[in-house]
Amino acid sequence: MMKDEITIAVSGLNNVDSPGPGIPVVRGIRDSEYFEPRIVGLVYENLEPGAYMHDHVDKSYKVPYPSEGSGVLMERIRDIHAKESIDVLIPNFDSELYAFMKSEPELKRLGIHTFLPTLQQFEERHKSNLPEFGEKYKVKVPESRAITSIQEIKELEEDYEYPMVIKGKFYDAFIAYSFEQAQIYFNKIASKWGLPIVVQQYIRGTEVNVVALGDGRGNTVGAVPMKKQYITDKGKAWGGITLDDPKMLDLTRHIIGQTKWRGGMELELIRTDKKELYLIEINPRLPAWVYLAVGAGQNLPEALVKLALGYPVETFTAYTVGILFIRYSYDMICSLQDFQSLTTRGEL
Amino acid sequence: MKLKKNIAVSETGFIFDPTSGDSYTLNPIGMEIVTLLKEGLDLEVISGRILEKYDVEKGVLERYLYDFFGQLKQYQLIEEDDER
Repeated sequence: MMKDEITIAVSGLNNVDSPGPGIPVVRGIRDSEYFEPRIVGLVYENLEPGAYMHDHVDKSYKVPYPSEGSGVLMERIRDIHAKESIDVLIPNFDSELYAFMKSEPELKRLGIHTFLPTLQQFEERHKSNLPEFGEKYKVKVPESRAITSIQEIKELEEDYEYPMVIKGKFYDAFIAYSFEQAQIYFNKIASKWGLPIVVQQYIRGTEVNVVALGDGRGNTVGAVPMKKQYITDKGKAWGGITLDDPKMLDLTRHIIGQTKWRGGMELELIRTDKKELYLIEINPRLPAWVYLAVGAGQNLPEALVKLALGYPVETFTAYTVGILFIRYSYDMICSLQDFQSLTTRGEL
Repeated sequence: MKLKKNIAVSETGFIFDPTSGDSYTLNPIGMEIVTLLKEGLDLEVISGRILEKYDVEKGVLERYLYDFFGQLKQYQLIEEDDER
């Protein structure tokens, strides 16, 4: 079969101890029987490993942080597009999604296809809006509140018991067993990700996750549930196994059906001893463990590219239960020229 | 008492619960008991089979068997109807 030759720009190439989803997304696309991709990496830092992984990424460009404004980011994207003719853009960081969602009409005008959640979907699933989300869509969520000062933690002690979960608006979450710990985590997260900080009621149980893809019309294109088998000190899965849990899949279909979710997502859930499922977070993109879904028979990155291009996509109906991913670290030997090129010319 | 239908047990004594994602390993005697459970035999029959095969006092065996079944229940490997 002739494969479609397309150019796909991907970010999130920070394959470090808290990895971005870029390389796993690329691996899924490279496994595709439909596409012969040229992968263009969009990197923020000189040492993002993906830029040096030439088997996966054909060409990489430095891009400005989204915090510098979507105008500056789009200017850089236009430059890169002029050289590369990007067909599809897959942003993989929560923190850059807003800028790309806002720029979607312009990207479309340039001929760059995306398949992102809508601004409304993105906003209402924010950690700080989770209680309202749970009420609106009839999903169990832990009680939580967004706060902007340490004093508010003291006030929360009237309603919540320790431990409490202290979360950043984009990343990071810590379990605090006392006010002193909560204070430390508040400062730590606020200095890294800014305010507000979300304080969540701690739900006792097992953390389980689902990677899923919604077609934007309420249909779930695919979904694979997973339990982390090994968790790093940063709370990231270093190993995980696919589960056979119809309740998790029902909940995923319910959420995608109700929100008409568009694009990739990761549901973070807690399963209590009573087997109730609490939604603790929705990440609005494919997660770093998405290649487990590919290995289990659901190539969600490939399906995402098809959706972006407006191609027909068949719904996945099955996946292999009981297969694992085990992450590993690997030292690449890179030339100084490569490093120099990315540092000085902003491309590699 | 029945093992949940979806529980996978390998010949090497590896148990995988696909709902929870948890896995366990059995020693050879544990494996024998779980194999008999999978055949649908009840506790009395299993106890009888083990007594026939091994030199063990009935009281001692029963104590260990109840402990073992208690563990299987605790790990939620037993059909829910049986847990009531």
